[in-house]
Amino acid sequence: MSALVDIDGLTVGFRTADGPVTAVADVSFTVAPGETVCVVGESGSGKSVTSLSLMRLVEFGGGAILDGRLRFDAAAGPLDVARASDATMRGLRGNEIGMIFQEPMTSLNPVFTIGRQMVDGLRLHRNLARAAARARAVELLREVRIPEPERRLDQYPHELSGGMRQRVVIAMAMACRPRLLIADEPTTALDVTIQAEILGLIDRLKRETGMAVLFITHDMAVVAQMADRVVVMRGGRVVETGPVERIFAAPQADYTRALLAAVPRLGEMADRPAPEPMRIPGAPVPAARPSAPPGDAAPILELRHLTTRFPVRTGMLRRVTANVHAVEDVSFALAAGRTLSLVGESGCGKSTTGRSVLRLVEPTSGEIRLGGRDITDLGGRDLRRLRRDVQMIFQDPFASLNPHMRLAQQVAEPMRNFGTARGRELADRVADLFDRVQLPRSFLNRYPHELSGGQRQRVAIARALSVGPKVIVADEAVSALDVSVQAQVLNLMMELQADLGLSFLFISHDMAVVERVSHDVAVMYLGRIVEIGPRAAVFADPRHPYTRRLLASVPIADPARRREFAQADTAPIPSPVHPAGYVAPRSEYREVAPGHRVLV
Amino acid sequence: MTTRGIVGGALVALMLALAILAPLLVPDTWATEMDMLARLSPPSLAHPLGTDQLGRDLMWRVMLGARTSILIAGAAVLMSLVIGLPLGVVSGYFGGWIDNVLMRIVDATLAFPALLLALTISAVLGPNLRNTIIAIGVAFTPYLARIIRGEALRVARMPYIEGARAAGTTDTMIILRHVLPNIMAPIIVQATISLAFAILAEAGLSFLGLGTQPPDSSWGLMIQASRDYLDRAPWTALVPGAAVALTVLGLNMFGDVLRDVLDPRHAMPAKPA
Repeated sequence: MSALVDIDGLTVGFRTADGPVTAVADVSFTVAPGETVCVVGESGSGKSVTSLSLMRLVEFGGGAILDGRLRFDAAAGPLDVARASDATMRGLRGNEIGMIFQEPMTSLNPVFTIGRQMVDGLRLHRNLARAAARARAVELLREVRIPEPERRLDQYPHELSGGMRQRVVIAMAMACRPRLLIADEPTTALDVTIQAEILGLIDRLKRETGMAVLFITHDMAVVAQMADRVVVMRGGRVVETGPVERIFAAPQADYTRALLAAVPRLGEMADRPAPEPMRIPGAPVPAARPSAPPGDAAPILELRHLTTRFPVRTGMLRRVTANVHAVEDVSFALAAGRTLSLVGESGCGKSTTGRSVLRLVEPTSGEIRLGGRDITDLGGRDLRRLRRDVQMIFQDPFASLNPHMRLAQQVAEPMRNFGTARGRELADRVADLFDRVQLPRSFLNRYPHELSGGQRQRVAIARALSVGPKVIVADEAVSALDVSVQAQVLNLMMELQADLGLSFLFISHDMAVVERVSHDVAVMYLGRIVEIGPRAAVFADPRHPYTRRLLASVPIADPARRREFAQADTAPIPSPVHPAGYVAPRSEYREVAPGHRVLV
Repeated sequence: MTTRGIVGGALVALMLALAILAPLLVPDTWATEMDMLARLSPPSLAHPLGTDQLGRDLMWRVMLGARTSILIAGAAVLMSLVIGLPLGVVSGYFGGWIDNVLMRIVDATLAFPALLLALTISAVLGPNLRNTIIAIGVAFTPYLARIIRGEALRVARMPYIEGARAAGTTDTMIILRHVLPNIMAPIIVQATISLAFAILAEAGLSFLGLGTQPPDSSWGLMIQASRDYLDRAPWTALVPGAAVALTVLGLNMFGDVLRDVLDPRHAMPAKPA
């Protein structure tokens, strides 16, 4: 079978302020019709540039194809994309090559209806009359399993959920029956249950239409789920190419081995009750740490019926007509030296819960107890003192450090605020903290932009540690990091926990990471904890339907354990917004095993 | 250093030098001395930039006028910064009712065109140097306050602000340590642009007779005086006009470069991690 796409020696350069940069060097691989090729790599590997080159879209970002052939087997005969005319390329884009981007909200124009955007494309490429184009659009929406397609056509993008929007984007990419579909991180911005739907959909469309799929991702689990063949990239070069089974079973390149080793696989902790360090490629697995105190020890942090609501104001008088029930009757206890993970999808209230603990948002009702003391109504000086005991690490290491402040200053700030150290002693403490989080002391006088994401997150950890907190709230603290860096930061956190007896409230959407690092898990849905218990129990024996759905949606980084993703659950997503005056029922739990409780 | 920085810096330095040095080196009389035989004469060896309707040498007048124009513009912008910065930062950082009250006042002032407002203030207080500064300063305050508020609002929502709060930093310290340094760059750019507009506003006020009063000379006053002779002696408008244009251009270029220099991301070569 001849290849649909044959990339040979592709080299792409960008002109930047610091001179020319080669983003992709000598990349070669092929894609056959009906085949899914996954291009996988960490940030900066050149995977997106490669896919954009295939559409010749790199030129719009200041790049240029410097060398190589990009043979594409178009309907009219093979051609070299690197040398085709602009007119030829316009005829290919969106017609013979479809593309799906990461962010479904920004790839649809918010001021036009879905129908208008789809019909425009169809009329342009297919020369259809308006009515015929509309009929075809309905057909396409049905094909991507969107319920009530006629009605959807007259809706605007913001009226659809993230998953629905990504379906629309896929429908648009499929509109002209492309021979090749390029999907650039199409599910990275989506929740895991929606990711499962979209992955299932792309796979089904591929089988039905026989198109080829070039799938760009950073996620090894998604690769294992989707790929026929895999191209591993690093630093703009291809490291390894091969069938997915071979890549996972017998990776040849050191880098591939390292990448695979660092990926946690859901289910691998099944008969291990305690958290374990992540595997760090090239480094020996750190020795197992002394096990944490039992969960029934006196809790350091306790939430009792915590409820946080945000008012929705409408109308001329800005009256409160409804409330967003972000956190509804949440209770849990976190003991010293343990990690409790809050898992759930976007909007489930896990971040609001974490922020409520620090009183960064004001709870509506309920009680927060720290070390046995009620801190819910603390104000002024007492509230500031509380913040010595509870610190936070944020998700985005690029936004959570002040770009205009030297790192040493930022780490010193909490100690300065609380007057715990000054002068020479302060400088020493900061230097010690840098050692503690394994950052070179030469970084002390640097600014955040000089550091990588993982290093910045270490600074954030040092800062949180500086005042000797008892509890650290880590809100998606490793989500933005590449997998190998993520493993290092997680291991550092676990090490610190063992050494200092820290408790973590670990907020995450990544089930595989949660399985590895937590002692206890609480699953949140629509503002409530639907299931809570020891990690081993919750993962081995999920009782709540939502927990089960969540766990079943997670792709596993092992092609032998591919999942059959059920077709879309088209039931409307229930909303946490209720009209003013709504009385929320209390959260009642049934204990299914010691410490393992499920919402009834 | 870029060409833009060199050109902008040179222009600003030149104008500053004129404003400071010219009054020390050039006797006032040179600019007021009338050569009745050479009225409205085009540029010549005796008068390199020509003369005005009273036969006064335009080169000396434009050099001495620099002091008035730049002094008024600089002082006026400084004044609008002194009022606008706390207003904008408090409004943007705290939000809520403080923001509402302050910004409604600002909006009400914004409803008047800046020049009209300056005119009114100058007319009410009486035209002299100090009142011209006050008039322009007050008229420019709401624009700066608005922009500063927007920047403060943007920065106040950054995770590092929440991080600072979580680290127990007080509001005052958050504003001083985290908000101000991060909004300085756009404010400086805006201030340099405001300087340019303030020079034009001074010219406008003087043109209408509500700014600098004779015998002091300022660029605006010179342009005003030239209006009856534009057809016969265009250089009488072009010379002070060019001085205004070059200063504005220099300030804009300088502002751009200043912003880059103040940003640590540009100040040092980024080291790959």
